[in-house]
Amino acid sequence: MLNSKIPAGPLEDKWMNYKSTCKLVNPANKRKLEIIVVGTGLAGASAAASLGELGYKVKCYCFQDSPRRAHSIAAQGGINASKNYQNDGDSVFRLFYDTIKGGDYRSREGNVHRLAEVSGNIIDQCVAQGVPFAREYGGLLSNRSFGGTLVQRTFYAAGQTGQQLLIGAYQALERQVALGNVKMYNRHEMLDVVMIDGKARGIIVRDLITGKLERHFAHAVLLCSGGYGNVFYLSTNAMGSNVTAAWKAHKKGAYFANPCYTQIHPTCIPVTGDHQSKLTLMSESLRNDGRIWVPLKKGDDRKPTQIPENERDYYLERRYPAYGNLVPRDVASRAAKERCDEGYGVGSSRQAVYLDFATAIHRYGLMEAGKQGIENADADTIIKLGREVVKEKYGNLFDMYEKITGENPYLVPMRIYPAVHYTMGGLWVDYELMTNIPGLYCLGEANFSDHGANRLGASALMQGLADGYFVIPYTIGNYLANEIRTENIPTDHPAFVEAEKAVSDRISRLMNIKGNQSVESFHKRLGKIMWNKCGMARNADGLKEAIGEIRTLREEFWRDLKIPGDINDLNPELDKAGRVADFMELAELICIDALDRNESCGGHFREEYQTPEGEALRRDDQYQYVAAWELQGENKWELHKEELEFEVAKPSQRSYK
Amino acid sequence: MEHYKMNLTLKVWRQKNHQDKGQFVTYQVAGISSEMSFLEMFDVLNENLIEEGKEPIAFDHDCREGICGTCSMYINGRPHGPWQGTTTCQLHMRAFKDGDTIVVEPWRANAFPVVKDLIVDRSAFDRIIQAGGFISVNTGNAVDGNTLPIEKSRADESFAAAACIGCGACVAACKNSSAMLFVSAKVSHLALLPQGEPEKHSRVLNMITHMDKEGFGACSNTGACEAVCPKEISLDNIARLNMEYLGSSLTMDK
Ligand SMILES: Cc1cc2nc3c(=O)[nH]c(=O)nc-3n(C[C@H](O)[C@H](O)[C@H](O)COP(=O)(O)OP(=O)(O)OC[C@H]3O[C@@H](n4cnc5c(N)ncnc54)[C@H](O)[C@@H]3O)c2cc1C
Ligand code: SF4
Ligand code: FES
Repeated sequence: MLNSKIPAGPLEDKWMNYKSTCKLVNPANKRKLEIIVVGTGLAGASAAASLGELGYKVKCYCFQDSPRRAHSIAAQGGINASKNYQNDGDSVFRLFYDTIKGGDYRSREGNVHRLAEVSGNIIDQCVAQGVPFAREYGGLLSNRSFGGTLVQRTFYAAGQTGQQLLIGAYQALERQVALGNVKMYNRHEMLDVVMIDGKARGIIVRDLITGKLERHFAHAVLLCSGGYGNVFYLSTNAMGSNVTAAWKAHKKGAYFANPCYTQIHPTCIPVTGDHQSKLTLMSESLRNDGRIWVPLKKGDDRKPTQIPENERDYYLERRYPAYGNLVPRDVASRAAKERCDEGYGVGSSRQAVYLDFATAIHRYGLMEAGKQGIENADADTIIKLGREVVKEKYGNLFDMYEKITGENPYLVPMRIYPAVHYTMGGLWVDYELMTNIPGLYCLGEANFSDHGANRLGASALMQGLADGYFVIPYTIGNYLANEIRTENIPTDHPAFVEAEKAVSDRISRLMNIKGNQSVESFHKRLGKIMWNKCGMARNADGLKEAIGEIRTLREEFWRDLKIPGDINDLNPELDKAGRVADFMELAELICIDALDRNESCGGHFREEYQTPEGEALRRDDQYQYVAAWELQGENKWELHKEELEFEVAKPSQRSYK
Repeated sequence: MEHYKMNLTLKVWRQKNHQDKGQFVTYQVAGISSEMSFLEMFDVLNENLIEEGKEPIAFDHDCREGICGTCSMYINGRPHGPWQGTTTCQLHMRAFKDGDTIVVEPWRANAFPVVKDLIVDRSAFDRIIQAGGFISVNTGNAVDGNTLPIEKSRADESFAAAACIGCGACVAACKNSSAMLFVSAKVSHLALLPQGEPEKHSRVLNMITHMDKEGFGACSNTGACEAVCPKEISLDNIARLNMEYLGSSLTMDK
């Protein structure tokens, strides 16, 4: 039975009640308790730093050469908090409600309300650490809008919000390293969870420079290892992002929840060819000012600047007048796909739409001219002034676009297309962020908890930091209070020996295939299957085909993979092979989950279930649950359902019209 | 934008490990599209090597968006290659033409030992941060974010310094292998904010002391670092650091 451990009582009191009644560990005992944190993104770095500050003995791991390089660094647009600094009607309740609705009523009320409650503390904490958020002339913090909301609650640092937040958390982490409370292991990859008497008691890691396996003990293990979007090969994630840590836990019995909830982001730079190694996001914040359109006429080959206003279709503004260009991501992505599938796409591949800043440049230019007291400013002056404003807001994104495409987005509209971006699914966790394995926790994008079937923009950074700074420091005590009598278990315990042997055997098996095809080529093929059959639109037949194709590909992988180099050496091909092998297994579960969920919700769009206008059609009577999958053997999973109850935010058909 | 294909000669530094002496090895790659990124060109080369049964070239990379600071190639005598304000991963092949020869080496500095091929060990940067590159505030101690207004221009300046990605190109470009631009960016980021004020003296002294300890050289103000910095971190930060350092040495009781 899945017990989500949501505290009793009214929604707005749950977290407060929990905090005032959970068990505590006294400071002297904290020093004896060891905690492993896998990952140094926003979730991992904030957790490791905060737990170190509390006095626990922390060991922290990342596969990059420095904790500061975790994928969170790449987040662009911003972080939400219900501060209501703009006096535009925001509140904890509204942030809670927007998140539940944005997630298409597939997340837990208790978790989401807690997230909204601590959102303000996150901003305060970051400011105190020296995160240089954007400010207004009066010196106060500035906000902008993101999709799926009608208020301005997003805090940002140009287009580098993730970088600045992560540097804040990284510095806090390094401070704890200097104080001796945290020991950091860079270029180490966690390859298994060690279980003793039914509890997580440690991990097996591989030193990526020497190739040596190591055993590490702890009283509790936190996985903060990020999302699995790279199962699609092409995504906006960093090249190294992978599912391995979570997948190893799954293989040891942790349930994997809602794997089919993947987010396709509407505004990314389109694919240019087969050489493509990753896709680049153009932040959602651009939809504050950019207008999305395609030509009214099919196959219109004129340059965008030559197509007059009345021959353009601003299709989001047309279909969703209330939210316009700021509809949630799933809605915006499907609308772009619909236009391109109908033949209105632009660019040489016709798989792109325009994101146009001309209107914004003009509007800002007029405002600036007014501010600077320039009377009857001519068109050139207005454009010049307007471009300066746009540059200040989005300069780094515009530069990035130009470097990649060679086109100047100040002069011509950007071409964009949806791409895989984020995964709402992940390890199942309860209210305390513990998986169904005692002592094994999961934080950040790696867990499934707060975003339902679709995450709103600027909410992942909020969740990662909420989990690490403000949730786990309380909830872990509730478990560790019962562990103060557990002595450190020596790592020659049979469970460690066995786990290390299994890891070592698997690595040898991979190296000994000695076939003909590279890891990269297999990963690309897996990605194509997933994108074509389990991407923006899915149907039962396609998913069944995909499952068959994935199995065949996996069999071929284990028969014909070629890994050069040695085991006991720095060997990036071997690292990648292990990760792709795990993606091959996860891919099947994603498709099984997508096939099982006979409804459309958020990022999961089943073509069989749509309204006459082509919107996602939920089936609350049958699918209002979290799908938590338990691995039962090769290719065999059992479904456990956690029914979702909505006491406050009553489910309705989402409308952004 | 006109796209084209090119054939290239690559001279790449190969070094098995830190003990190995290392050497240049020449490779040919054909049919490279001008739309590829520099690292995608390396992907093509590595796939070729794997096919030929050779070991691919080890290089560091992750985000491929110019923000994580992992990529680090010294291309034709310049860290991160020919484009101004651009990381290796954001450099695109339209910077080159058919028939070009491109020489690729790792960062070279005593404090950044080569690990393998183009990969170096930059953990010295983490240790410099450990020496003082933070504000000492525990989680939960913060006051409301708007309690303390910060002049916009100051906040913007702090942000510009905080944009450093810790890539180490500044060190690689410097004939003394000084880490001054990196350290000054961190010192400025924090010293410009009121929250960073209380520790500003100890911070600069500790970070500089540690920088010396790690074996980075002294700064002789040639400005090579600023010229190659992918985030265009300004030399003004070094001037600010020097002021802070001087002030701190005078005021701190050591
Ligand atoms: C381009 C881009 C822009 C984004 N912009 C925004 C935004 O503006 N606002 C927003 O809210 N969200 C944004 N997101 C989403 C957000 O950035 C991520 O969801 C979030 O940063 C994830 O943080 P994390 O701490 O969970 O994981 P990550 O930051 O991915 O960190 C994972 C960590 O785990 C480590 N790790 C993984 N596996 C292992 C292993 N086996 N062994 C050891 N270590 C391991 C890694 O080394 C790394 O340190 C964006 C995402 C992308 C891709
Ligand atoms: S100062 Fe510039 S070159 Fe030096 S580490 Fe920072 S970003 Fe890289
Ligand atoms: S790979 Fe991240 S900056 Fe180049």
